[in-house]
Amino acid sequence: MATSSTPPPELAPPRLALRDVCKSFPGVVVNDHVSLDVRPAEIHALLGENGAGKSTLMKIVHGVLAADAGEILWEGRPVRIDGPAEARRLGIGMVFQHFALFESLTVAENVALGLGTRDTMKTLSARIRAVSDGYGLAIQPERHVHELSVGERQRVEIVRCLLGAPRLIILDEPTSVLTPREALALFEVLRRLRDEGCSILYISHKLDEIRMLCDRASILRGGRVVATVDPRQETARSLARLMIGTAPPDLKERRREPDAATPAGAMLEVAGLDMDRDDPHGTDLRGVSFAVKAGEILGIAGVAGNGQNALMRALSGERRLAHPEVIRIADRPAGHLGPRARRGLGLAVVPEERMGQGAVPDLTLAENALLSAYRHHGLVNRGLVHRNRSRDFAGRVIQAFNVIAHGSAAEARSLSGGNLQKFIIGREILQQPRVLVAAHPTWGVDAGSAAAIHHALVDLRDRGAAILVISQDLDELYALSDRIAVIAAGRLSESRPTHAVTAEDMGVLMAGLFEGGNAHVA
Amino acid sequence: MDGLDGVVALLVAMIRAATPLALAAVGELVTEKSGVLNLGVEGMMLVGAVAAFATAVMTGNPALAILAGMLGAMALALVFGILTLGLLSNQVATGLALTIFGVGLSAFIGQGFIGIPIEGLDALHIPGLSDLPLIGPVLFAHDPLVYASVLATILVGWGLYRTRVGLVIRAVGENHDAAHALGYPVIGIRFLCVLFGGAMSGLAGAYLSLAYTPMWVETMTAGRGWIALALVVFATWKPGRVLLGAYLFGGVTIVQLHAQGAGLAVSSHLLSMLPYLATIVVLVLISRDRTRIRLNAPACIGRPFRPSH
Repeated sequence: MATSSTPPPELAPPRLALRDVCKSFPGVVVNDHVSLDVRPAEIHALLGENGAGKSTLMKIVHGVLAADAGEILWEGRPVRIDGPAEARRLGIGMVFQHFALFESLTVAENVALGLGTRDTMKTLSARIRAVSDGYGLAIQPERHVHELSVGERQRVEIVRCLLGAPRLIILDEPTSVLTPREALALFEVLRRLRDEGCSILYISHKLDEIRMLCDRASILRGGRVVATVDPRQETARSLARLMIGTAPPDLKERRREPDAATPAGAMLEVAGLDMDRDDPHGTDLRGVSFAVKAGEILGIAGVAGNGQNALMRALSGERRLAHPEVIRIADRPAGHLGPRARRGLGLAVVPEERMGQGAVPDLTLAENALLSAYRHHGLVNRGLVHRNRSRDFAGRVIQAFNVIAHGSAAEARSLSGGNLQKFIIGREILQQPRVLVAAHPTWGVDAGSAAAIHHALVDLRDRGAAILVISQDLDELYALSDRIAVIAAGRLSESRPTHAVTAEDMGVLMAGLFEGGNAHVA
Repeated sequence: MDGLDGVVALLVAMIRAATPLALAAVGELVTEKSGVLNLGVEGMMLVGAVAAFATAVMTGNPALAILAGMLGAMALALVFGILTLGLLSNQVATGLALTIFGVGLSAFIGQGFIGIPIEGLDALHIPGLSDLPLIGPVLFAHDPLVYASVLATILVGWGLYRTRVGLVIRAVGENHDAAHALGYPVIGIRFLCVLFGGAMSGLAGAYLSLAYTPMWVETMTAGRGWIALALVVFATWKPGRVLLGAYLFGGVTIVQLHAQGAGLAVSSHLLSMLPYLATIVVLVLISRDRTRIRLNAPACIGRPFRPSH
């Protein structure tokens, strides 16, 4: 299956080979005798659910963690990778899922930190420009990282990686933060790197992109490699079966006819929301208006950095508005209210950032459950916390949403990103909110769990809640939403029934080409 | 008081009052830029002061005395580093304890040295420059530590923003997890920065007991360590502004002392507040811009780092 430009990879020693690598943390075996070959010039997928041990394995390869047992062979020779510097010296580059970038530093400084180069900033900037032009990864070396969008940040990581002339690049869930178009551009870059002889280890749980991109796939389940297959010969369903161990439940076509039996009243109503940025790199919201009725899901699509963040903060009450009437929740003016008062009206929010906004990393799951759900289920009684009940409530969330954690006493920080997301969504849904606002509900969540979250959202809607989903994942929006609107440069398009929005329409809307929009794309 | 001589004396006194603040603050700035908050500056200054003074009395060698002051304070910084970086103790509590400990330790060591006179540090004579009228006595007739404080500020500013070492220090203070993931020894780098902060505090203490008032008195730093800490924050972690703040504070201190001496009909308590008020007002005014603060403030300050997670 190799490309014609490279020698048959079966004859050369694998670029990277793992032999019986084991790693345990107190109480859990994360990697259990993992063996894996990555051949020269191939894109090798590492596929597995949240918590299957993918990230730990990659940290071992990158030298951040040491394996308890097992052997690593680099181009046929046994090596000890005792730190990222050693990995870099061998030619292993890493693009992290949670980017290892420094926000207050410039792009060039970030690259310098990842390279160990002695170049001056000027020569380094020139090299960055050369590589970014060469691969079509537009970045400007002198900008500060905190000004960049998620997609741009990823490009910084990739360019940093490429400047180290790597022979193996590891990408940890790279498309989880990208728009479809950005993802396709990334695939082009990866294919080109492969054709130039670089090996790529591609970690993901998105089956379609693995089938589209990868030459081989190793599937990790419960810390073990259960199969190595050619993903192009597999169906998404057969891959999912390998990954989950059983066949995934079908995402039933549940979308109802719009306006079928919905009560007329809008539960969440925003009328002419204007909000200036409070941070020089934010987005101004201009004339944002929409309404979500009880029993419907409104999806808001858009490229990251077009005002989703500001909109979330305006809706959650993190930023209060001068005019109460601009936002109405359950038919009550709420623009001037803070987050607590809005929750009192029946609003629940799944924020963009899991750690920090959605959960306190150092608190247990029971305590995190309490933070937003304290007024429900009698968790707090006359100002006193009912510990057993909050433990029970957290336990119910864990069970209902299949969160992999050591019970309700586990610290939030100990959960993998996808599992924490399941917990946060579950916590909000089990409060039976009248209005739910969710940003990126399945970001970084594996296929099985994403389906569970989608079902839960649809169930909640069918029980009469009004749901707003802000997402960059178009498939998700198409699957969930009754109506879709698009946000571009701080302005929101009219919403339309989902079936009336084609993919082409979507591209046009995302570029801001709608009435009242602020088109700025050539 | 002769008009011109009076002005010269005033300016010289301002520079001398600013020097210990600048020394200690620049050291603490580097510590904080690496992500560590050491509230023990006052204690380290006192230990530095007494170590320098005792060495000066016993050996009569000013260079050795300065070195002893730095080493004494670094010993305290070492303890702080082991506790907070090695054993992950709370930085705020440990820093406070370090100050209290330094007060006691310096008083204990200094018992035998109270009331002993020494000769202060000699002024450097710079041929030509020192003999200039007006400018000579104001700018070029100081002891070496005055110049060291200015030089240290410039070097720290240059080092932090123009060299690779500085870049790594800022990176570690900004995001220790990312720095760790890229293979930088977070704990080791922070340790060195804490030691540097200690050395500079020791230098500030040595300046007090060797040059500013050449004698040993218990708690002779009189809160200057705390001022230095505050200067770092108000100066939004910029070396140049730290120096500016130190000179402003020193300047207003001296002016209000003279005003008190001249018998101004304002309560001396109110006048004594002036340096604090003036420093806060000016530094707040120049650091109104929230974005700039976010860019300069080390994001990881005070947060313990546990590697390998």
